[in-house]
Amino acid sequence: MLIYALKRTGVAFLILVVVSGLTFSLSHLSANPALTIAGEQASEADIQAVIKLYGFDRPIYVQYFDWLGRALSGDFGESYHYKAPVIEMISDRIGRTMLLGTLAILFALIISIPLGTLAAMRPNSLIDRFALLVAVFGQALPTFWFALMMMIVFGVWFRMLPVSGHTDWAHYVMPTIALGYYATPALMRLTRAGMIEVLASDYIRTARAKGLPPYIVLFKHALRNAIIPVVALAAVWFGFMLGGSIVIETIFNLKGIGWLSYDALLRSDLPVVQAIVLIFASFYVVLTLLADLLNAYLDPRISVK
Amino acid sequence: MTDAIQGSPKPLRLDVGKIMDEVLEPSPMQKLRKRIFKNHSFLAGAAILIFIILVAVLAPIFQYMDLIHDPYDQDLAKRLQNPFWHTYLWGCKETFDLACWSLERIPEEQWGRAKYDPTHLLGTDKVGRDYLARLVFGAQVSLMIGFCCVLISGIIGTVLGVTAGYFGGRVDMVVNFLINTRLAMPVFLVAMAAVVAFGASIYVVILVLGLFLWDQFAVVMRSITMQARDLNYVEAARAMGCSTPYIIVREIFPNVLSSLTVVATVEMANAILLEAALSFLGFGVQAPTPSWGLMLNEAREYMFFSPWLLALPGACLFFLVLAINLFGDGLRDVTLDRER
Repeated sequence: MLIYALKRTGVAFLILVVVSGLTFSLSHLSANPALTIAGEQASEADIQAVIKLYGFDRPIYVQYFDWLGRALSGDFGESYHYKAPVIEMISDRIGRTMLLGTLAILFALIISIPLGTLAAMRPNSLIDRFALLVAVFGQALPTFWFALMMMIVFGVWFRMLPVSGHTDWAHYVMPTIALGYYATPALMRLTRAGMIEVLASDYIRTARAKGLPPYIVLFKHALRNAIIPVVALAAVWFGFMLGGSIVIETIFNLKGIGWLSYDALLRSDLPVVQAIVLIFASFYVVLTLLADLLNAYLDPRISVK
Repeated sequence: MTDAIQGSPKPLRLDVGKIMDEVLEPSPMQKLRKRIFKNHSFLAGAAILIFIILVAVLAPIFQYMDLIHDPYDQDLAKRLQNPFWHTYLWGCKETFDLACWSLERIPEEQWGRAKYDPTHLLGTDKVGRDYLARLVFGAQVSLMIGFCCVLISGIIGTVLGVTAGYFGGRVDMVVNFLINTRLAMPVFLVAMAAVVAFGASIYVVILVLGLFLWDQFAVVMRSITMQARDLNYVEAARAMGCSTPYIIVREIFPNVLSSLTVVATVEMANAILLEAALSFLGFGVQAPTPSWGLMLNEAREYMFFSPWLLALPGACLFFLVLAINLFGDGLRDVTLDRER
């Protein structure tokens, strides 16, 4: 188990190095950072001075390892545009993105677990068909269009909810729904499949035969077992949602790190973009690592294989 | 003569087809046909998909026949014409007020005018381009991006997945690492960064998305190849001394094909949605190309007064993705012979 955990952690770290290396070279290959910093009207001498100052004349791998070394100690450099430390710009805004992501995944779970359970209790019934309909429609609805339509209906026509900003809870309602519904189909299908399997198992029959009330069988015996993979998948989806937050935060002008990455890309502000890519990738890698280790702990056969 | 026939006993009629149907098992082709026609969502998805593809392919012919306008033709005198239903639904003041009573502060002459031109069935956009024509040509862009991305990513993913599944061991480890690395990359953010680096155009979007969306292909192909590798006839082929490429192409690949098409539909829907989102943020297809995502971007500022500008391209996107998903789900149920 320990060897397996160490191996998985090593691989996870290697993945992060490769991902950040790819992004670093991608952003340095074609864009001309010196021109971005110096401005469009800069003279040749100014550009040369900027190249010297930031060390853009060094080979790209030297620049990368220099950046990575400092990134590991929490120093992501300085924003080209705002001239502020990247780490501060991110730590100011990451809370909102985390809040949005957490609310969205909770919203998805609140919809998908009851719906999936009800669908599994009566396969092919009306409610099962309704759940399938929700899943099929949910998968096809473009997130950003759904967000815009909500803005028109609840923001413009009925004036119930604010359409932009991030100051109080009402600002989070529409972004949460827009981001959360996207994860609902996958989570609901997994809940339904898991519940159907569990409800057909021997220990559920035993529990029923004992004469336990149906709700205890359902919640204490069945749901508790079926929900573990759902929670593991929800953790992975949380990582995906950070990527989805770019569009949603931009639409609702909710200034988290998704919005920050959009803003930074518009200005070719490379240090900010690189830092955010690394943060998003780390989230995904850490969450999948935890899910894998949890699975290995619960099922020791995995670590032997 | 007639009496003789009437008097004779009725000749025994054998309905051969009916008896054969009852005695014999239906052929695989009959079974497949039955499954296809029983699967309503598959039929609905296929119907919508074929309709959209036909419209997209025939768009230049429609334009030539003067059925639709030129999607690039601007007419500033006819900016923001209303679609046909506005005249009927929101033509009178009462229904208009009911539909958007928050806009009551706007002077009457600004919305009271019936801005409708019968030649522009779905109205016009902010520079007077015909919206129907732009939607029709937008289907071309979406479908082309979907097909090309799936082609690129399908080839990459299938090659990686089949190699990993067939050879196993170290090769498998390397491919697994590649898949995990790809999954750890935030696609949307990296795609945006790539568009910034290489310049925004439809080809960059196709290339970037094609190079990113191969993970699902690789995962599925790998697991199916692993199962197929140990099948009897594959081992027989190996024992006969067939070369490895021959075995992979002739013995393994046919097994993979049906799953390949299912994954391809999922990834095509994914690519279309990603392109729309990229274009919506301004990091994808550039103006004046009629892309549905870009049309949504251009329509955003008219959210208050012309919400249909936002509603229409999104609805098209929704129906296209819905059709592809229904088609893919149905294809899986139809081709994989198993009970639900």
